[in-house]
Amino acid sequence: MALLDVADLTVTFRTDGGLVRAVDSVSLSVEAGETLALVGESGSGKSVTALSILGLMAPGRIEQGRIAFAGDDLTALDEAALRAIRGDRIAMIFQEPMSSLNPVLTIGKQVAEPIWLHRRLAWREAYAQAAELLRKVAIPDAEARLNDYPHQFSGGMRQRVMIAMALACRPQLIIADEPTTALDVTVQAQILSLLKGLTRETNAALLLITHDLGVVARYADRVAVMYGGRIVESGPAAALYGKPMHPYTEGLMRSVPRLDGLAHERLPAIPGQPPDLANLPTGCAFATRCPHVHDLCRAATPPLRALGDARSAACHRHG
Amino acid sequence: MSEVTLPAIGTPSARPAPKGLTGRLIHEKPLGAFGGAVFLLFLVCGVFAEIIAPYGLNETNMAARLLPPSAEHLFGTDHLGRDVLSRVLIGAQLSMIVGACAAALATLVSIVLGVASGYFGGRIDMLIQRFVDAWMIFPDLLLLIAVISVVGPGMTEIIIVLGLLYGIAGSRIVRGAVIAVRENAHTHAARSMGATALHILLRHILPNIMPVVIVLFTTRVGAAILTEAGLSFLGLGVPPPAPTWGGMLSGTGRTYMYLGPWLALAPGLSLTLVVYAINVYGDALRDLLDPRMRGASGFRGAR
Repeated sequence: MALLDVADLTVTFRTDGGLVRAVDSVSLSVEAGETLALVGESGSGKSVTALSILGLMAPGRIEQGRIAFAGDDLTALDEAALRAIRGDRIAMIFQEPMSSLNPVLTIGKQVAEPIWLHRRLAWREAYAQAAELLRKVAIPDAEARLNDYPHQFSGGMRQRVMIAMALACRPQLIIADEPTTALDVTVQAQILSLLKGLTRETNAALLLITHDLGVVARYADRVAVMYGGRIVESGPAAALYGKPMHPYTEGLMRSVPRLDGLAHERLPAIPGQPPDLANLPTGCAFATRCPHVHDLCRAATPPLRALGDARSAACHRHG
Repeated sequence: MSEVTLPAIGTPSARPAPKGLTGRLIHEKPLGAFGGAVFLLFLVCGVFAEIIAPYGLNETNMAARLLPPSAEHLFGTDHLGRDVLSRVLIGAQLSMIVGACAAALATLVSIVLGVASGYFGGRIDMLIQRFVDAWMIFPDLLLLIAVISVVGPGMTEIIIVLGLLYGIAGSRIVRGAVIAVRENAHTHAARSMGATALHILLRHILPNIMPVVIVLFTTRVGAAILTEAGLSFLGLGVPPPAPTWGGMLSGTGRTYMYLGPWLALAPGLSLTLVVYAINVYGDALRDLLDPRMRGASGFRGAR
């Protein structure tokens, strides 16, 4: 049984434009020590999926589905039980390192906070462990920097601090929501390598949420691609890269710049706009932008079908 | 917080940056330090008014009526021959008590209402804010006059009424600040770490709205002193013979404006000076207590 097993999860938001299904019947699972990349563009529902795991999707509502984590159904737990899991057994790293730290507290106080909250250690001991954690995420002169404030750290350093906070209680699952979006490309690689190395060390599972396929290729074991609130394709990273099965994934792959491409060649883009979740078309959500569209696509939503080799795709071409 | 050192940034500074809040206040915000000093002076005068005052509060001397400032009577005397300096000093005491107590009560009310409204939101927010709306419809002075004429004039009454009046109106400002901080990524991050609502309030919300609260408090001290003077001017303040600044302005000050302008100048200037001082001091404190404003901008920024 997988460490995290999300089954048939649907999350809705009540908006002025009607009921929005931000996440629609999503199923995914992550094993201990494995890295699953959840890929999709803005508004595809990947962040809401992640927040739902921690029970932080409010004002959204879990309409249906089950989130099994190490045998417990997280959707059935009350707030206090969820609080005990958050930051202890499941940790989350957010995409804005510049604002994810409290500007009026020193770094040391913030890194010690999860340990103090969950381990009920004396504050001095928690503080001592904070120094240890900062050393672990390769912050030079960790001891001295405990007394610094967040504004004295660069973006990459702050994300290291966030990682230190996430690792504080040795969580079994780390959810990283676009952890490198706000960072320089060179720093991105450092942060991801660090994150990957540290999760490997503790055999933690990593749910990596991103829209960057370059990140996926290097760091993920498996990939799930989301579009319009649904998973449209999933499979092992290498296989999915070698031969994408869903036209959306194909489009994404084509729009990644390649080193061996012609210098003046225009980068292909997926035509059209991401769907409006408040009024999705009937049938496949990608139908309006798909080069292979035919009548069936506009009439019926393709289910996610297993295609062998641990792969699956939601496309009528593979029906 | 006082042991925190300034960041080692590359600004070439001749003098080493002083440590401690007072040192930084003098070094980085000279005007604010001046305001603080003036306020402190008035505070000391107020506390020790009875000892400092050269003459008795209601000690009349009919032979020395309406004397201009001199060595014996630094601020002159009034129409009953009372020493104006002594009365201004005792007036400072009254003003300080009313200002500090009313502002403290107002800040407390603002924080309780503002945090409840801003942090919990939803129905609680709706209820509190409609109440605040209704309250704010009435002009301050009108409400004050109405309430004071019902409960009767007196220092405690004025403090309570001013505290509630400013507190309820100020809760709007606290609410806005709380909502801004509540939606900050670090508050969400704290929630994702398993922090309780109380923990988030105490460690993430309150410290981050402190700059707003400090300014709210200091401006309220000034405003309360001014309003108390206004009420006394109208005869609704602390009843005579207590020498309030407002009472001195409206009574002897106005009546003998041509014969003895010092009668109005002494309490009037005191009032102006103390309100100005507390306001610049509050601004400086806010800048210094906000770590985001530390570093280069602290030296180069507005004084």
